[in-house]
Amino acid sequence: MQIHVNGKVLDVMAANLAALLHELDYEDAAVATALNHSFVRKTDRVKTPLNEGDEVEILTPRQGG
Amino acid sequence: MPVSLNKDRLKLYGAEFSSRLLTGTAQYPSPAILSQSIAAAGAEIVTVSLRRESGGSRAGEGFWALIRELGVRVLPNTAGCLSVKDAVTTAQMAREVFDTPWIKLEVIGEEDTLQPDLFGLVEAASILTREGFQVFPYTTEDLVAAEKLLGAGCEVLMPWGSPIGSGRGLNNPYALRSLRAHFPDVPLIVDAGIGAPSHAAAAMEMGFDAVLINTAIAKAGDPVQMARAFALAVEAGRLGYNADLMQARDMAAPSTPVIGRAFSDSARA
Repeated sequence: MQIHVNGKVLDVMAANLAALLHELDYEDAAVATALNHSFVRKTDRVKTPLNEGDEVEILTPRQGG
Repeated sequence: MPVSLNKDRLKLYGAEFSSRLLTGTAQYPSPAILSQSIAAAGAEIVTVSLRRESGGSRAGEGFWALIRELGVRVLPNTAGCLSVKDAVTTAQMAREVFDTPWIKLEVIGEEDTLQPDLFGLVEAASILTREGFQVFPYTTEDLVAAEKLLGAGCEVLMPWGSPIGSGRGLNNPYALRSLRAHFPDVPLIVDAGIGAPSHAAAAMEMGFDAVLINTAIAKAGDPVQMARAFALAVEAGRLGYNADLMQARDMAAPSTPVIGRAFSDSARA
Protein backbone atom coordinates (compact mmCIF):
# COMPACT_ATOMS: atom_id res chain seq x y z
CA MET A 1 0.00 0.00 0.00
CA GLN A 2 1.30 3.43 -0.89
CA ILE A 3 0.85 6.28 1.58
CA HIS A 4 2.49 9.65 2.17
CA VAL A 5 4.63 9.88 5.31
CA ASN A 6 6.03 13.29 6.11
CA GLY A 7 5.57 14.28 2.49
CA LYS A 8 7.28 11.24 0.98
CA VAL A 9 5.55 8.35 -0.79
CA LEU A 10 6.25 5.05 0.95
CA ASP A 11 5.23 1.43 0.31
CA VAL A 12 4.21 0.06 3.67
CA MET A 13 2.77 -3.13 5.10
CA ALA A 14 1.19 -1.58 8.20
CA ALA A 15 -2.58 -1.73 8.48
CA ASN A 16 -2.87 0.90 11.19
CA LEU A 17 -0.98 3.89 12.53
CA ALA A 18 0.59 2.05 15.47
CA ALA A 19 1.89 -0.65 13.13
CA LEU A 20 3.29 2.03 10.84
CA LEU A 21 5.32 3.55 13.67
CA HIS A 22 6.64 0.08 14.47
CA GLU A 23 7.46 -0.55 10.81
CA LEU A 24 9.34 2.76 10.53
CA ASP A 25 11.13 2.24 13.86
CA TYR A 26 9.44 5.16 15.62
CA GLU A 27 7.67 3.00 18.17
CA ASP A 28 9.54 4.24 21.24
CA ALA A 29 10.27 7.75 19.94
CA ALA A 30 8.82 11.00 21.28
CA VAL A 31 6.56 11.68 18.31
CA ALA A 32 3.06 12.94 17.65
CA THR A 33 0.96 11.77 14.75
CA ALA A 34 -1.64 13.15 12.39
CA LEU A 35 -3.62 11.40 9.68
CA ASN A 36 -4.95 13.46 6.79
CA HIS A 37 -4.38 16.70 8.77
CA SER A 38 -6.18 15.49 11.89
CA PHE A 39 -4.42 14.71 15.17
CA VAL A 40 -4.36 11.06 16.25
CA ARG A 41 -3.69 10.47 19.94
CA LYS A 42 -1.04 7.96 20.91
CA THR A 43 -3.72 5.77 22.46
CA ASP A 44 -5.83 5.87 19.28
CA ARG A 45 -3.10 4.84 16.84
CA VAL A 46 -3.79 1.13 17.09
CA LYS A 47 -7.44 1.63 16.13
CA THR A 48 -6.67 4.05 13.30
CA PRO A 49 -6.57 2.07 10.02
CA LEU A 50 -4.48 3.24 7.07
CA ASN A 51 -5.77 3.41 3.54
CA GLU A 52 -4.16 3.85 0.15
CA GLY A 53 -3.10 7.48 -0.40
CA ASP A 54 -3.36 8.51 3.24
CA GLU A 55 -1.21 11.42 4.41
CA VAL A 56 0.57 10.73 7.68
CA GLU A 57 2.60 13.25 9.65
CA ILE A 58 5.06 12.07 12.28
CA LEU A 59 6.44 15.04 14.19
CA THR A 60 9.12 15.32 16.84
CA PRO A 61 10.41 18.10 19.13
CA ARG A 62 12.57 20.68 17.41
CA GLN A 63 14.07 24.07 17.98
CA GLY A 64 11.54 26.88 17.67
CA GLY A 65 11.15 30.62 17.97
CA MET B 1 18.50 40.04 41.54
CA PRO B 2 17.59 43.35 43.18
CA VAL B 3 15.02 43.18 45.93
CA SER B 4 12.79 45.53 43.96
CA LEU B 5 12.37 42.90 41.23
CA ASN B 6 11.83 39.93 43.51
CA LYS B 7 8.17 40.72 44.09
CA ASP B 8 7.63 41.92 40.54
CA ARG B 9 6.65 38.57 39.08
CA LEU B 10 5.46 37.81 35.58
CA LYS B 11 2.11 36.01 35.79
CA LEU B 12 0.99 33.86 32.88
CA TYR B 13 -2.09 31.67 33.20
CA GLY B 14 -1.67 31.41 36.95
CA ALA B 15 2.05 30.57 36.86
CA GLU B 16 4.64 33.05 38.16
CA PHE B 17 8.10 33.76 36.83
CA SER B 18 10.92 36.04 37.92
CA SER B 19 12.42 36.43 34.44
CA ARG B 20 10.70 38.60 31.86
CA LEU B 21 12.92 37.42 29.02
CA LEU B 22 11.62 34.47 27.04
CA THR B 23 13.95 32.96 24.47
CA GLY B 24 13.57 30.88 21.36
CA THR B 25 15.73 27.83 20.80
CA ALA B 26 16.28 27.96 17.03
CA GLN B 27 19.25 28.95 14.86
CA TYR B 28 21.97 28.60 17.51
CA PRO B 29 25.44 27.55 16.31
CA SER B 30 25.43 24.47 18.56
CA PRO B 31 23.45 22.77 21.32
CA ALA B 32 26.11 23.82 23.84
CA ILE B 33 25.81 27.49 22.90
CA LEU B 34 22.02 27.17 23.05
CA SER B 35 22.25 25.86 26.62
CA GLN B 36 24.75 28.51 27.68
CA SER B 37 22.68 31.27 26.11
CA ILE B 38 19.48 30.21 27.88
CA ALA B 39 21.41 30.20 31.15
CA ALA B 40 22.96 33.62 30.42
CA ALA B 41 19.53 35.01 29.56
CA GLY B 42 18.13 33.68 32.82
CA ALA B 43 15.14 32.54 30.78
CA GLU B 44 12.57 30.40 32.54
CA ILE B 45 10.43 29.90 29.44
CA VAL B 46 11.68 28.83 26.00
CA THR B 47 9.83 28.27 22.77
CA VAL B 48 10.02 24.97 20.91
CA SER B 49 8.37 23.47 17.86
CA LEU B 50 7.38 20.21 16.22
CA ARG B 51 8.87 19.24 12.89
CA ARG B 52 9.02 16.17 10.70
CA GLU B 53 11.57 13.62 11.79
CA SER B 54 13.83 12.92 8.85
CA GLY B 55 15.96 9.97 7.92
CA GLY B 56 15.69 8.18 11.23
CA SER B 57 18.21 10.64 12.70
CA ARG B 58 16.31 10.97 15.98
CA ALA B 59 17.68 14.52 16.16
CA GLY B 60 14.48 15.61 17.85
CA GLU B 61 15.01 13.35 20.80
CA GLY B 62 18.48 14.77 21.49
CA PHE B 63 17.10 18.29 21.41
CA TRP B 64 14.20 17.44 23.69
CA ALA B 65 16.55 15.76 26.19
CA LEU B 66 18.73 18.88 26.23
CA ILE B 67 15.77 21.16 26.94
CA ARG B 68 14.47 18.91 29.71
CA GLU B 69 17.89 18.99 31.38
CA LEU B 70 17.72 22.79 31.52
CA GLY B 71 14.60 22.63 33.69
CA VAL B 72 12.85 25.46 31.86
CA ARG B 73 9.18 25.63 30.96
CA VAL B 74 8.47 25.09 27.27
CA LEU B 75 6.10 27.09 25.13
CA PRO B 76 5.48 25.07 21.95
CA ASN B 77 4.60 27.02 18.83
CA THR B 78 2.61 26.41 15.68
CA ALA B 79 5.19 28.26 13.59
CA GLY B 80 4.60 28.31 9.87
CA CYS B 81 1.02 27.09 9.96
CA LEU B 82 -0.96 28.74 7.18
CA SER B 83 -4.44 27.54 8.10
CA VAL B 84 -6.63 27.24 11.17
CA LYS B 85 -6.86 23.48 10.68
CA ASP B 86 -3.10 22.96 10.54
CA ALA B 87 -2.50 25.26 13.52
CA VAL B 88 -5.10 23.44 15.62
CA THR B 89 -3.73 20.01 14.64
CA THR B 90 -0.15 21.10 15.36
CA ALA B 91 -1.23 22.45 18.76
CA GLN B 92 -2.94 19.17 19.60
CA MET B 93 0.20 17.25 18.60
CA ALA B 94 2.40 19.59 20.63
CA ARG B 95 0.26 19.15 23.74
CA GLU B 96 0.78 15.40 23.62
CA VAL B 97 4.53 15.47 23.01
CA PHE B 98 5.44 18.35 25.32
CA ASP B 99 2.80 17.57 27.92
CA THR B 100 1.69 21.18 28.35
CA PRO B 101 -1.55 23.09 27.70
CA TRP B 102 0.51 26.11 26.64
CA ILE B 103 0.65 26.94 22.95
CA LYS B 104 2.14 29.91 21.14
CA LEU B 105 -0.42 30.15 18.40
CA GLU B 106 0.77 31.30 15.01
CA VAL B 107 -1.52 31.39 12.00
CA ILE B 108 0.53 32.99 9.28
CA GLY B 109 -1.35 34.98 6.67
CA GLU B 110 1.36 36.41 4.47
CA GLU B 111 4.67 34.77 3.72
CA ASP B 112 6.87 37.80 2.99
CA THR B 113 6.19 39.49 6.32
CA LEU B 114 5.01 36.39 8.22
CA GLN B 115 2.17 38.64 9.32
CA PRO B 116 -0.47 36.84 11.37
CA ASP B 117 -3.82 36.04 9.78
CA LEU B 118 -5.83 37.73 12.52
CA PHE B 119 -9.14 36.24 11.40
CA GLY B 120 -7.71 32.72 11.42
CA LEU B 121 -5.91 33.44 14.67
CA VAL B 122 -9.12 34.34 16.49
CA GLU B 123 -10.88 31.27 15.08
CA ALA B 124 -8.03 28.93 16.06
CA ALA B 125 -7.71 30.51 19.50
CA SER B 126 -11.41 29.99 20.10
CA ILE B 127 -11.19 26.30 19.15
CA LEU B 128 -8.12 25.70 21.26
CA THR B 129 -9.33 27.45 24.41
CA ARG B 130 -12.52 25.38 24.23
CA GLU B 131 -10.26 22.32 24.17
CA GLY B 132 -8.50 23.44 27.34
CA PHE B 133 -5.40 25.01 25.82
CA GLN B 134 -3.80 28.10 27.33
CA VAL B 135 -3.19 30.12 24.21
CA PHE B 136 -0.44 32.70 23.63
CA PRO B 137 -1.52 34.22 20.30
CA TYR B 138 1.12 35.79 18.06
CA THR B 139 -0.71 38.89 16.91
CA THR B 140 -0.22 42.46 15.71
CA GLU B 141 -0.95 45.68 17.61
CA ASP B 142 -4.55 45.66 16.30
CA LEU B 143 -6.88 46.60 19.16
CA VAL B 144 -9.96 44.92 17.72
CA ALA B 145 -8.11 41.66 17.14
CA ALA B 146 -6.78 41.90 20.69
CA GLU B 147 -10.29 42.34 22.05
CA LYS B 148 -11.54 39.36 20.06
CA LEU B 149 -8.62 37.18 21.18
CA LEU B 150 -9.41 38.00 24.79
CA GLY B 151 -13.05 37.23 24.08
CA ALA B 152 -11.95 33.87 22.66
CA GLY B 153 -10.40 33.04 26.02
CA CYS B 154 -6.78 34.13 25.62
CA GLU B 155 -5.33 35.52 28.85
CA VAL B 156 -2.01 36.61 27.30
CA LEU B 157 -1.26 38.41 24.02
CA MET B 158 1.95 38.39 22.03
CA PRO B 159 2.02 41.43 19.73
CA TRP B 160 4.83 41.70 17.21
CA GLY B 161 7.47 44.40 17.40
CA SER B 162 8.14 43.98 13.69
CA PRO B 163 8.24 41.02 11.28
CA ILE B 164 9.76 37.79 12.59
CA GLY B 165 13.52 37.70 12.22
CA SER B 166 13.72 41.23 10.81
CA GLY B 167 15.53 42.81 13.75
CA ARG B 168 13.76 46.09 13.01
CA GLY B 169 12.71 46.63 16.59
CA LEU B 170 9.44 48.33 17.49
CA ASN B 171 8.01 49.35 14.11
CA ASN B 172 4.95 51.09 15.46
CA PRO B 173 5.58 52.47 18.95
CA TYR B 174 2.37 54.49 18.90
CA ALA B 175 0.24 51.39 18.29
CA LEU B 176 2.14 49.39 20.89
CA ARG B 177 1.63 52.14 23.49
CA SER B 178 -2.02 52.25 22.54
CA LEU B 179 -2.32 48.48 22.98
CA ARG B 180 -0.64 48.69 26.38
CA ALA B 181 -2.96 51.50 27.46
CA HIS B 182 -6.12 49.72 26.28
CA PHE B 183 -5.35 46.49 28.10
CA PRO B 184 -3.54 47.51 31.29
CA ASP B 185 -4.23 44.23 33.09
CA VAL B 186 -3.51 41.75 30.31
CA PRO B 187 -0.02 40.23 30.17
CA LEU B 188 1.49 41.48 26.90
CA ILE B 189 4.68 39.93 25.56
CA VAL B 190 6.40 41.62 22.63
CA ASP B 191 7.29 38.83 20.26
CA ALA B 192 9.21 39.08 17.00
CA GLY B 193 11.37 41.67 15.34
CA ILE B 194 13.45 42.78 18.30
CA GLY B 195 17.04 43.07 17.09
CA ALA B 196 18.98 44.83 19.83
CA PRO B 197 18.94 45.01 23.62
CA SER B 198 17.86 48.65 23.34
CA HIS B 199 14.69 47.54 21.52
CA ALA B 200 13.89 45.18 24.38
CA ALA B 201 14.53 47.90 26.95
CA ALA B 202 12.22 50.24 25.02
CA ALA B 203 9.43 47.67 25.02
CA MET B 204 9.83 47.11 28.75
CA GLU B 205 9.90 50.88 29.43
CA MET B 206 6.53 51.08 27.62
CA GLY B 207 5.16 48.70 30.21
CA PHE B 208 5.11 45.46 28.29
CA ASP B 209 5.28 42.51 30.61
CA ALA B 210 7.98 40.55 28.82
CA VAL B 211 9.76 40.07 25.51
CA LEU B 212 10.51 36.96 23.49
CA ILE B 213 13.83 36.94 21.65
CA ASN B 214 15.23 34.32 19.31
CA THR B 215 17.15 35.48 16.24
CA ALA B 216 18.79 38.51 17.86
CA ILE B 217 20.52 36.24 20.38
CA ALA B 218 21.04 33.12 18.29
CA LYS B 219 22.52 34.93 15.28
CA ALA B 220 24.71 37.32 17.28
CA GLY B 221 28.46 36.98 16.92
CA ASP B 222 28.56 35.86 20.55
CA PRO B 223 25.11 34.52 21.48
CA VAL B 224 25.97 33.92 25.14
CA GLN B 225 27.14 37.50 25.65
CA MET B 226 24.12 38.80 23.73
CA ALA B 227 21.79 36.74 25.91
CA ARG B 228 23.27 38.43 28.96
CA ALA B 229 22.93 41.82 27.28
CA PHE B 230 19.23 41.19 26.66
CA ALA B 231 18.73 40.04 30.25
CA LEU B 232 20.22 43.29 31.53
CA ALA B 233 18.20 45.37 29.04
CA VAL B 234 14.94 43.71 30.04
CA GLU B 235 15.67 44.22 33.72
CA ALA B 236 16.71 47.84 33.15
CA GLY B 237 13.61 48.53 31.09
CA ARG B 238 11.32 46.98 33.69
CA LEU B 239 12.95 48.91 36.53
CA GLY B 240 12.61 52.09 34.48
CA TYR B 241 8.91 51.45 33.88
CA ASN B 242 8.28 50.65 37.54
CA ALA B 243 10.14 53.79 38.58
CA ASP B 244 7.78 55.91 36.44
CA LEU B 245 9.58 57.63 33.59
CA MET B 246 9.63 61.40 33.33
CA GLN B 247 7.53 62.99 30.64
CA ALA B 248 9.41 64.17 27.57
CA ARG B 249 9.06 67.87 26.72
CA ASP B 250 9.82 69.93 23.70
CA MET B 251 11.82 72.72 25.37
CA ALA B 252 14.88 72.56 27.56
CA ALA B 253 14.56 72.78 31.35
CA PRO B 254 17.78 73.39 33.25
CA SER B 255 18.62 70.69 35.74
CA THR B 256 21.12 72.82 37.65
CA PRO B 257 19.37 75.50 39.78
CA VAL B 258 19.06 78.83 37.98
CA ILE B 259 18.87 80.82 41.21
CA GLY B 260 22.31 81.82 42.38
CA ARG B 261 24.01 81.45 39.04
CA ALA B 262 27.07 83.72 38.76
CA PHE B 263 26.84 86.56 36.32
CA SER B 264 23.08 86.18 36.23
CA ASP B 265 22.75 89.96 36.12
CA SER B 266 24.95 90.27 33.06
CA ALA B 267 23.48 90.74 29.61
CA ARG B 268 24.49 88.30 26.85
CA ALA B 269 27.84 89.39 25.48
